Amino acid sequence: MDPLARYDSLVDDSAAFHAACERPLPSVVRVNDIKATPDRVRRAFDEAGIDYEGVGWHDGLFRLAEDVKPGNTWPFVHGWVYGQEEVSAVPALAVDPQPGERVLDCCAAPGSKTTQLAALMDDRGLLVGNDNNLGRLSALRSNAERCGVSNLVVTRADARNFSLKPFSGEPFDRTLVDVPCSCEGTVRKNPDAVDDWSLDHIEGIAGVQKAILGRSLEVTREGGTVVYSTCTFAPEENEAVLQYALEEYDCRLVEYDLDLDHVPGITEWDGDTYDESMTRAKRIYPHHNDTGGFFCAKLEVGA
Amino acid sequence: MTSENDSSRENDGQVFNRLPATAAERDDEGRATREEVVEWWVDRFGLDPETFENYTFWEKGAGKVWAFASDLESPADVEGLGMTFLRTRQEHWKPTTDAVQRFGREATKNVVVLDADDARAFLRGADTDPEWDGDWGYLIAAHDIAGGVEPIGVGLYLYDELRSQMPKGRQREL
Repeated sequence: MDPLARYDSLVDDSAAFHAACERPLPSVVRVNDIKATPDRVRRAFDEAGIDYEGVGWHDGLFRLAEDVKPGNTWPFVHGWVYGQEEVSAVPALAVDPQPGERVLDCCAAPGSKTTQLAALMDDRGLLVGNDNNLGRLSALRSNAERCGVSNLVVTRADARNFSLKPFSGEPFDRTLVDVPCSCEGTVRKNPDAVDDWSLDHIEGIAGVQKAILGRSLEVTREGGTVVYSTCTFAPEENEAVLQYALEEYDCRLVEYDLDLDHVPGITEWDGDTYDESMTRAKRIYPHHNDTGGFFCAKLEVGA
Repeated sequence: MTSENDSSRENDGQVFNRLPATAAERDDEGRATREEVVEWWVDRFGLDPETFENYTFWEKGAGKVWAFASDLESPADVEGLGMTFLRTRQEHWKPTTDAVQRFGREATKNVVVLDADDARAFLRGADTDPEWDGDWGYLIAAHDIAGGVEPIGVGLYLYDELRSQMPKGRQREL
């Protein structure tokens, strides 16, 4: 049985949901504003005869024609663009970092969202990109360097025990918590993403997610912003993790704007009920916008 | 804290040490100063010194200088700090590909603009033979794209030949 069938009761149109999950995903690039503008990237693609189209909700994202390998184009060589799934551009926008602020990306590698945060900060202020895996950190560093990011500190730590010591003990203004997850929403890119699906795995990884979100709330200042995101549908990894944070920490869910079709977070699942404010979180299903699947919630610390 | 400060005076290759502002504040004789690295970029490529006004500069490993748009306590025990910027502690200082791509667009001298074929060859890592009457040594190799000149990387110009310094991992066959 298809493990994704467990979400049929959540989606508005389960046939469209399953059909979208079967289709391959278009290749998308994000314009890196540190080095280029959408206009200049468009012009470079035109000069090179590369077919692309814009997306309605974001002027710096381009869907490329099927035969285009973005890594083999001048705009990529110059660090003007970054290959990034369309929905994965959502959480950095929800973080909404400002130039000059102190921002943490606690599960940063390989860096699509980190480099997007840097660009939103106009490459000014302090951005910390943390990960615990040395190989993935090396990818993060090389991606950040290609994008010309110069405000990034790279650290290696388990995000459950992230230390403020190198940062004079000062908390962050904003933290992105894009946790490791069961990746059900990436099934269009990796058809085998749900092959080894098990509830045990989901419950195990949810424990890690709770600890990472908890530590992130501790290292973010009062009144600061924490954005929690996954690329999975499982409520155990989404609303249930947020419910834990609401119960154990001084924080609340807040609204944010998103010009992409989505539905609210849920308040009931499998016999459990969640806080009413869970509807401020956003669920994006693959059939909504012809993208991957995603979950994203914005929290305010204390206050 | 005192012992940490003492140990930072010698070059510790495992941590980042902030470059001293000037030679008068230098403990490690081999370490470049902030003044020297900014001056080198300004002299070599005609950049506005204000470009680097809000940057701090750091050394990790022998001679590898990093440019960071913010500041931390020194020494900093982290995996990366800003971007690799300049190779010092050698006779001819060498800019990095990352720094040339990030700051080279504002350069007003020692920029060699390659034609389409040479630009592709340069990106492959091949030597080229462009028209050049200027200085020998490290140049910014650039090309015309989408209505402007854009730096590709570092070239070493010697004996009428431009040797591509594109790192292996950044070379591409377009």
